[in-house]
Amino acid sequence: MNVPTLAELTAKGEIPEILFWVGCAGSYDDRYKRVTKAFVKILNAVGVKFAVLGTEETCTGDPARRAGNEFLFQMQAMNNIQVLNGYGIKKIVTACPHCFNTLKNEYPELGGTYEVIHHATFLQQLINEGRIKVAGGGPFKGKKITYHDSCYLGRANTIYEAPRAVLEALDADLVEMKHCRATGLCCGAGGAQMFKDAEKGKKEINLERAEEALQTGAGTIAVACPFCMTMLTDGVKAKEKEDEVRVKDLAELIAEAQGLT
Amino acid sequence: MIQQVLFIFALAFFGFVIRKRVLQLRNNVRLGKPIGKTNREPERFRNVLLVAFGQKKMFKRFIPAILHLFIYVGFLVINLEVLEFIIDGLTGTHRIFAPYLGSFYTGLINIFEFLAVAVLLACVFFLIRRNVLKLPRFWSAEMTSWPRLDANLILVTEIVLMLAILTMNAADQILQTRDEHYTITGSLYFSGFLMPLFQNAGTPALLLIERCAWWFHIIGILGFAVYITYSKHLHIFMAFLNTYYAKLEPKGHINNMPVVTNEVKSMLGLTQGVTPPAEPGRFGAKDVNDLSQANLIAAYACTECGRCTSECPANLTGKKLSPRKIMMDTRDRMEEVGHSLAKGGPGLNDGKSLLGDYITKEEINACTSCNACVESCPVLINPLEIIVELRRYVAMEESGSPPAWNAMFQNIETNFAPWKFSAADRFNWAKDA
Ligand code: SF4
Ligand code: SF4
Repeated sequence: MNVPTLAELTAKGEIPEILFWVGCAGSYDDRYKRVTKAFVKILNAVGVKFAVLGTEETCTGDPARRAGNEFLFQMQAMNNIQVLNGYGIKKIVTACPHCFNTLKNEYPELGGTYEVIHHATFLQQLINEGRIKVAGGGPFKGKKITYHDSCYLGRANTIYEAPRAVLEALDADLVEMKHCRATGLCCGAGGAQMFKDAEKGKKEINLERAEEALQTGAGTIAVACPFCMTMLTDGVKAKEKEDEVRVKDLAELIAEAQGLT
Repeated sequence: MIQQVLFIFALAFFGFVIRKRVLQLRNNVRLGKPIGKTNREPERFRNVLLVAFGQKKMFKRFIPAILHLFIYVGFLVINLEVLEFIIDGLTGTHRIFAPYLGSFYTGLINIFEFLAVAVLLACVFFLIRRNVLKLPRFWSAEMTSWPRLDANLILVTEIVLMLAILTMNAADQILQTRDEHYTITGSLYFSGFLMPLFQNAGTPALLLIERCAWWFHIIGILGFAVYITYSKHLHIFMAFLNTYYAKLEPKGHINNMPVVTNEVKSMLGLTQGVTPPAEPGRFGAKDVNDLSQANLIAAYACTECGRCTSECPANLTGKKLSPRKIMMDTRDRMEEVGHSLAKGGPGLNDGKSLLGDYITKEEINACTSCNACVESCPVLINPLEIIVELRRYVAMEESGSPPAWNAMFQNIETNFAPWKFSAADRFNWAKDA
């Protein structure tokens, strides 16, 4: 696995095609680190010239802003923008819909304008360009997969089809949950809910969503967001279905289908 | 002649009352912060045309959309007939357009009658759906007695007004056969069914019935117009304004706070292009005056349909949050402050506030910012915007966020990640491959 940092490339006088924005979950969360690595392996295999910020990357500020701490958000944003602009970054790809939304929609007002792409869209582009080929459908051919729309990708940015196109490239049998696309049901983690316990209620949101996912009878629940990953994995565990049903990120599914694991 | 004088008097009276109330509504909205210059006008007009005028978002649920469309078209078209009522009332004529339009008039009135019947049936269906089938979104916690009564009053009033039109036309048609003073309208299909009811009545009685129905209908409409300004039915006007001012950015975008940008820039030593903040004011919103006028218009545009709440994941799983209640509370508080000010009372300084007395922290803390409410609202209302403003006040003015969030803030400040991991370890994932 080759993971060049932007500092290294710049020292060599090279410019990457894309900056891969890893995000906090992708950097620290044990489960999502596997997704980060899967995505890097795909980039390596396909020959996309990329770089990461490494220790120069910091939280985009998304959870702070949504919890109401605008000061902290803007501190983070300004610092990140200084670093990104310092390197002359033009194009960013990230696997986190929250980073994606913030970088794409909220940084421009603060002086950071980039072309920002979520990895679902990026993978779809690689498939369309023929740079990723899933020969003979791979291990997921005909298998039932259901896709959980991340609110920050779907409703927030109207990206509904790219992740589904990626799954279709696997020749999988895509089944939809009761709530999908524009009416997709939240996993319960957005708006900084990831970082505190839920308010009192009848039920946890992730449990409700996991039940919907399990009702489809799919053996794989595909996600495209680190928070959705955590919430749905917990939900499936709470239903004691973790042996039959797996929660996987799009990048992991593609990497697996390519034999990159 | 007496009728004309009475009519002018009625028109003047209702005109005065409505004008007063409209000015009050305007003052209430002006409690909020100015919307500022609006941009991207073509897109805004497009929203008004498609969403308010064209009912685009209603059609996500087909049956209520069709029935609602009947009432909506009925409202627009039957008001043309009101024009004739007003001219007749002022000049003492009867069906002034009939001689000029001839058979076209017959066709027109038949269309009006068709719409009147469609409105009537739609209202009956909606009454049944609310009160007999008890659709859950019309019975949830914030739907206390007044919101429920309000909805029923609107439906019953519309039914009664439509019945008045049909009764009037039925009596009128019989009178046409007995008295040449009555302008011939041609045969009217729907009121024709009511004619046997009145056939045996004497001419003076019919005259009375026709006049009463006429007066009932026009006074009913004028009275209803006053009532609307106090009711959720105000959405028939405010929805147009609200769709104009609706947010055009992607739903995930949260409004920037330029005041904070200025402060952060000077903290980071980025003084270039920093305009010193005039009066920082309050961060976020504690009360209605901290919200924007667009938020307040939205509160008046809310028709309490509860589509937002029925899609809200927090509400679905039994949390206290209901986006509809956020809008209703905002409106109630605005009305309370407005009334107090109009009477020379303390207004905003009455010891109460939107946050705390109407909306609790427990409610706003439960929001996942998923935008389901925003997506589902047929008139482009954005309850999330208000929730974020309230959270901003709690976080920045009170430091009153939940402890776990304060810990998250601290992690970001010290480790540049929301979790308690060392910033130096951020790139470790690449090493243990
Ligand atoms: S954005 Fe918040 S209030 Fe709106 S539906 Fe989602 S959780 Fe509920
Ligand atoms: S905010 Fe919109 S969806 Fe919610 S109750 Fe009001 S009109 Fe209905």
